[in-house]
Amino acid sequence: MSHDTGTRERRDDPEGQSVVRFDHVGLRYDLGPEVFRDIGFTLPRGSFHFLTGGSGAGKSSVLGLCYLALRPTRGGISLFGHDVTRLPRRLLPRLRRRMGVVFQDFRLIDHLSAMDNVALPLRVSGAPEADIRRHVPELLAWVGLADHLNAKPPTLSGGQKQRVAIARAVINRPDLLLADEPTGNVDDRIGMRLLHLFEELNKMGTTVLIATHNEQLVQRFPYGRLHLDAGRLTWHGVGDPPPDRATAVPPRPRQS
Amino acid sequence: MHSDLPLARDKTAMLVPVLVGVMVFLAVLAAAGALALGNILEDWRRDVSGSLTAQVPPVPGLGEASRVATDERVAQAAAVLRAQPGVASVRVLAEAELMALVEPWIGTGELVRDLPMPRLLDITLKPGAAARANPGQLAQALREAVPGATVDEHRLWLGRLMDLGEALGALGLAVVLVVSGATAVAVTHATRAALATYRPVIEVLHMIGAQDEYIARQFARSALLQGLKGGMGGFMLALPTLAGVGLLADRVEAGLVPSVSLSALDWAVLLLLPLGAAGLAMLTARLTVLRTLACMP
Ligand SMILES: Nc1ncnc2c1ncn2[C@@H]1O[C@H](COP(=O)(O)OP(=O)(O)OP(=O)(O)O)[C@@H](O)[C@H]1O
Ligand SMILES: [Mg+2]
Repeated sequence: MSHDTGTRERRDDPEGQSVVRFDHVGLRYDLGPEVFRDIGFTLPRGSFHFLTGGSGAGKSSVLGLCYLALRPTRGGISLFGHDVTRLPRRLLPRLRRRMGVVFQDFRLIDHLSAMDNVALPLRVSGAPEADIRRHVPELLAWVGLADHLNAKPPTLSGGQKQRVAIARAVINRPDLLLADEPTGNVDDRIGMRLLHLFEELNKMGTTVLIATHNEQLVQRFPYGRLHLDAGRLTWHGVGDPPPDRATAVPPRPRQS
Repeated sequence: MHSDLPLARDKTAMLVPVLVGVMVFLAVLAAAGALALGNILEDWRRDVSGSLTAQVPPVPGLGEASRVATDERVAQAAAVLRAQPGVASVRVLAEAELMALVEPWIGTGELVRDLPMPRLLDITLKPGAAARANPGQLAQALREAVPGATVDEHRLWLGRLMDLGEALGALGLAVVLVVSGATAVAVTHATRAALATYRPVIEVLHMIGAQDEYIARQFARSALLQGLKGGMGGFMLALPTLAGVGLLADRVEAGLVPSVSLSALDWAVLLLLPLGAAGLAMLTARLTVLRTLACMP
C-alpha cells in the first residue's frame, strides 16, 4: 500500500503519510455538551505520543474516535489515509485489524482463558492454530504471566488483567497501538517493562498513542505529547508544555 | 471447530434447549394426534365412499302385473330419494345387474326371472353431505312413500362419525399450527435473551476487527446445536407418551377404531418439528447478532 513508502516528510496528507489525522474534530455524546471541539493533530507513521489531560478531559474519547467506536460530530478523521466518515462499514474490520487497542476497562472475555483472550485477534484474522500455540504463550510469558496461561480473567488481579489486555493488543504487531491507561494498575517496575514493550513495537514501525495520567512516565520518555484541557488540544510536542503554545502544532516524527 | 463463545457451558444457555424441548414435545403430540386421526379417517373413507343403498321389496305375485307394480314402486322411491337434501343422484340397478349379483347363488333362467327379488337403488350423496343429511329422516321419508323400503342406515351414521373425526382432525391441525407458532415465538425470544448476555463479547469481537459474518456464524452454530439438543430431547420425550396413547387405542380397537398407526411419512413430518425449531433458533441468533452489529459503528 502507498503508505508503506517509509518516507517521513510532513505534508498535508500525501498518500497516507499520517496514520491518524484529526481535522477540526468535535464530539458530543447524544444531547450532552461538546466533550471537545476543533481538535486537530496528526500522528505520522512510526511516531510515539502520549495523550494527557485531567480525568474527564476526553482522552478515552479521542482513542474511541481512533479505533472507530465513536463517530465525530464535526470535522474529519482519517486513518491510514482513509477518510473514515466516507468508508463503507464493511471495510472497517480491515482497518481495525491493523490496530491494537488496550481499553481502559480491559474488555477481556471472562469465560475465555488468558491464552484464548490474547489469541482472539489472531483467530479473527484466520491465523493458523499452530502459530497461535507458539506465539501466544511466548508473549504472555514476556509480560510475566507464564503461570497464568489458562486462568480466566475474573481470577486475575487488576494488573494481571491489564497485561493480558496489552498482550491481546500487541499480539498482531499492529500498525497502530492505542492504549488507554495501560499502566494504571501495575507497579513501576512492570509499568516500565510494558513501556519498553511499546517502544520495541514502535521501533518495528508501529505508531503508538498512549493515554495516561502518569506524569512521571511521560517525563521519563522523550516522546511527543498531546495535552487535552477544557475540550481543547492545548499542547503538542516534546517535553514540558510551554506556557502559551497554540493549538495543533504539526507533529514531530520520531525517526527515519 | 473453534468457538469464542461459552454458549454451551453457560447457565442461561439452558433456557433455549429447555424451551425448545417443551415446545417441540407439545407440537409433536398435537401433530401425531392429527396425523393418526387423519389415518383413521382415511380408513373410514374407503368404507364410506359417499354412497348408500336403498332396498325396495317386490310387490308379491307372479307375472307381468306384479313386475310393473314393483317398477312403479322403485320409480317412486327414486323420486323421493332424489328430492332429499344431500342426495346427488340415485341410480336404479337394472334387472340384469341384479341377476348378475345373485347368479352365483341361484343360477340363471326363466324361473329366476320370476323370483320375487328386492330391487336396489344406488344413492350417491353430495360431497360432505353426510353430516348435514339426517339419515333417520331420509329413511323415514322413503318408508312413508314406499312401504317396506329401507336404507342401510349404519353407513350414514359412520359418515357422520367421520365428519366429526374430520372436525377433530382440523382442530388438531389448528393446535399444531398454534403450538408451532408459539414455539417459533418462544425460540426467538429465548435465543434473543441468551444473546443479550453476550453483547459485551460481541462488542469486543467487533472492536478487534472480526467481520460480522465471523461473529454471526459462531452464534448461529451454537444456537443450532442448542436447538437440536432441546428439540430432539422434546421429541424423544414425546415417544413414550405416544406409545402409551397407542396402547390405549389398541385396547378399544375391536373393529370400532381402526388400528392407530403412523406411516413413515408421518414420522418424517414429526421429525421436521425439532429440526424446524433448531433451524429457527439458528436463524434468530444469526439475525439478532447481525442486527446488534449493524448498530455498532
Ligand atoms: N458514553 C458516554 N456518554 C455520555 N458521556 C460520556 C460518555 N463517555 C464519556 N462521556 C463524557 O465525555 C467526557 C470525556 O470522557 P472521557 O472518558 O473521554 O475522559 P478521560 O479523559 O478518558 O477521563 P479518565 O482519565 O477519567 O479516563 C466526560 O465528561 C464524560 O462524562
Ligand atoms: Mg478514560
